[in-house]
Amino acid sequence: MQAERAQTIYEKSQPGRRAAVLPDAEVPEPPLAQLIPAELLRDEPPRLPEVAEPEIVRHYNRLSRRNFDLDSGFYPLGSCTMKHNPRLNERVAALPGHARLHPAQDPKRAQGALELMWLLQESLSEICGLPHVSLQPSAGSHGELAGLLLTRAFHADRGEERTKVLAPDTSHGTNPASVTMAGYEVVKVATNERGGVEMDDLRAKIDADPDQVACLMLTNPNTLGLFDENIAEIAALIHAAGGTLYYDGANLNAVMGQSRPGDMGFDIVHVNLHKSFSQPHGGGGPGAGPIAVSERIEPFLPRPQVVRHERPAGDGPRFDLDLDRPKSIGRLRGFQGNFGVFVRSYAYILSLGADGLAEASETAVLNANYLKARLAEGRAGERLPVAFERHCMHEFVLSGKPMKKQLGLATLDLAKRLLDFGFHPPTVYFPLLVEEALMIEPTETETKESLDAFAEAIEQILAEAEDDPEIAKEAPYTTPVRRLDEVKATRRPVVRWLPG
Amino acid sequence: MLATIGVDSTAELFAQVPEPLRLGRPLDLPAGMSEAEVYERLAALAARNADAEEQVCFVGAGMYDHYVPAIVDAITQRSEFLTPYTPYQPEISQGGLQVMFEFQTAMSELTGLPVSNAGLYEGPSSVPSAGYLAMAATKRRRFVVSRGLHPHSREALATYAVGFDADVVEVGLSDGETDAEALAAAVDGETAAVFLQSPNFLGAVERVEALGAAAKQHGALLVLATDPMTLGVLKPPGEQGADIALGEGQPLGNRLDFGGPSFGFFCATEEQIRRMPGRIAGETDDVDGRRGFVLALQTREQHIRREKATHNICTAQALNALGAMVHLAWLGREGYRELGELLVRRTAYARERLAAVEGVELLHTTPVAREFAVRLAAPVDAVLERCAERGIAAGYPLARDYPEYEDGLLVAITERRTRAQIDALAEALGDAIRAERDDFSVISTEKSSQGVA
Repeated sequence: MQAERAQTIYEKSQPGRRAAVLPDAEVPEPPLAQLIPAELLRDEPPRLPEVAEPEIVRHYNRLSRRNFDLDSGFYPLGSCTMKHNPRLNERVAALPGHARLHPAQDPKRAQGALELMWLLQESLSEICGLPHVSLQPSAGSHGELAGLLLTRAFHADRGEERTKVLAPDTSHGTNPASVTMAGYEVVKVATNERGGVEMDDLRAKIDADPDQVACLMLTNPNTLGLFDENIAEIAALIHAAGGTLYYDGANLNAVMGQSRPGDMGFDIVHVNLHKSFSQPHGGGGPGAGPIAVSERIEPFLPRPQVVRHERPAGDGPRFDLDLDRPKSIGRLRGFQGNFGVFVRSYAYILSLGADGLAEASETAVLNANYLKARLAEGRAGERLPVAFERHCMHEFVLSGKPMKKQLGLATLDLAKRLLDFGFHPPTVYFPLLVEEALMIEPTETETKESLDAFAEAIEQILAEAEDDPEIAKEAPYTTPVRRLDEVKATRRPVVRWLPG
Repeated sequence: MLATIGVDSTAELFAQVPEPLRLGRPLDLPAGMSEAEVYERLAALAARNADAEEQVCFVGAGMYDHYVPAIVDAITQRSEFLTPYTPYQPEISQGGLQVMFEFQTAMSELTGLPVSNAGLYEGPSSVPSAGYLAMAATKRRRFVVSRGLHPHSREALATYAVGFDADVVEVGLSDGETDAEALAAAVDGETAAVFLQSPNFLGAVERVEALGAAAKQHGALLVLATDPMTLGVLKPPGEQGADIALGEGQPLGNRLDFGGPSFGFFCATEEQIRRMPGRIAGETDDVDGRRGFVLALQTREQHIRREKATHNICTAQALNALGAMVHLAWLGREGYRELGELLVRRTAYARERLAAVEGVELLHTTPVAREFAVRLAAPVDAVLERCAERGIAAGYPLARDYPEYEDGLLVAITERRTRAQIDALAEALGDAIRAERDDFSVISTEKSSQGVA
């Protein structure tokens, strides 16, 4: 990767340079102030860079070489499902019939797009085991908020107002943040010695005020990568109290075609298309967070909803956007959602098919257990024990506590040293429950060789640290920059470039 | 691999899933397909959409058929930008982080506000995000919203407001612009924020500063939704008293994609920096004193602050913001201004040209920038259908969102809409209205003659 000094495109700007050639006006060109009152016009154009096209290309190509990416190497980032992004999906998303289709196009001239959305809804419905799907939420957290607003509407419809949402102490940070935005209070539920929900604590939290329990938000397998064996009982307890059961789909990659959230008793599920369904993560989006729901939640789904009308024989079905949904929570965003993401994910589902999806999950679980076993050997087994000793699903969590105690090496140091070995580190310090946590998710698209190479790198780093722990503590060395002063960036934030 | 794990089959690994919860059958989905077959399937679906290559597109309403330069595709399709995760490891994410920093700089320049985040999901959902910030800043729970705000934005705000336990009060329009008296009367000491849009949904350039006085007087935040393609020409929100400027980013470097993915931009005054939603890149140094970038102010965010976070947003639209940055760099300072001027002049031409058509009149006379509203003297849907048959998507029917403008049509202009296309639109509208009137008079005549018989 490039190690030269960073320079922004603004600093490469020279007055008078440019790339764009615009069309001629072709129409009369009166002074603008004749068209819009002068006091509503801008005095000076914004200070955008003035750079010719070759330098723009070089600039962003240089920047790209200062990024690590999934196409360059192994990315075992727990709870993020960094699986291969097939290039076919980019090609079909770019077809003009998709890419240049206006979102307000009359549904009768967007039948292909609506049918694609309907087919994706049907596919996700089958995968989740729930009868209805809304594709509208833009990402997982948006799906969570949708799920909580649906819960609120569901209870309001029955004349109830509930105030509390339960979530395990291992939950993703988005869960409690969504709870607050939806106007609920978070109640934390403890984790048991097997890594699942602590049933006594759950019962106690419900019994404390059953009429106030709106929802329980769970990830299953949870953020420890473990399937909660008590899920049926958990669902029964929440439903008996009158609450809904919400499934954070971040870990759906473990169970596609194997086990379905709807069959486990969940009422609302969000699916991260940018995780399980191969939408490229783009350095932080775009994604999409469709939700699948049970029959009793359906009346409240966001609008519009894609619907299919049967027509007399020979005419084929007609697809439409249904806005007439009187009990709907309303829109969560503009238009129909991140359609380009739907195209990619539907292409992925078509490519893999029923067997392929089940095999993907099976291989993801196999890869995770293999890497877990490899890391139980040698030095890693001693310094980085697995947090919960049992077979995992698609990911697992190690604790760096012994490593820290014995070698003085924090999990962060190990993560930074991995950068020098050409690996993206696992998710670190999450879940909060595990001290010095490392959360590893290899995904199904990695070979045995890359899993072995990762295990060997960990072994080497630990061996090196036995001789000289300072090496890892100062790492990385080979990256475009080394450890950065994050405190400074927060205390005195510089969030934009300013001239001289 | 199984031997290393110490099991005989992968089924043993799934034993932790209780037997009744195992699916035990294949998913009811088609079998997998070859790459060529998948391509054909999706191409066949795409062919059943009338896209902007097939129809001349005068539809706007928040998303616009701008030309996305080839350089945007070339850069956003690079693996190094397309396939990384969120930059949680800054040492190996300097490219993405610097793009965020450059993007934030550009959006600050466009809006005239000092702080920008790295982007939100899209336009309309950025509006309730501003409401959430305003509630935290003012400890109040009331929003006053102009009816000129995009209907999807107003609806998203209403959806979120249920969770916020906030009230939403709407203020109407008068000759296309927000009714200043009604707005002043609606804002009070309980108001957290006043939401305006300029150009508003009907295309009108609002007198934001004058309208915003009511917000200032009562200590409410002024939130301005805007179109980033107009800011090369229109006074920036920060110079008109906006505390927050936000909007749909699609016109900058993003294709239509039937509505997404695009991005939302969100800029604010310095005072709000610690209440901002979403990711923000900041400049810093590494241990060797080299310049670098990190995610700044992460203590606002859900992964650190959990239930006390300023927002729940995590994955947003980084790649789409990169597209915008490359587009803006390609336009450059002069090109960006020129494009804005081109839009204003072609829109003025189109507005005048259409208003001269028999059966078309202006819905309002307030100045516009890139979109305008007309009234048609024939049923709008029927006219649109006739234009569509001539390969023209003539505009957005206002009746979808505004029952009071049942005869209204919203027409959008981009640099792709040539003078010849605008002339063709005028002709098509004139013909369609005439034909509809003829049909109507035939029907009326038949009815009356039947009545006589």
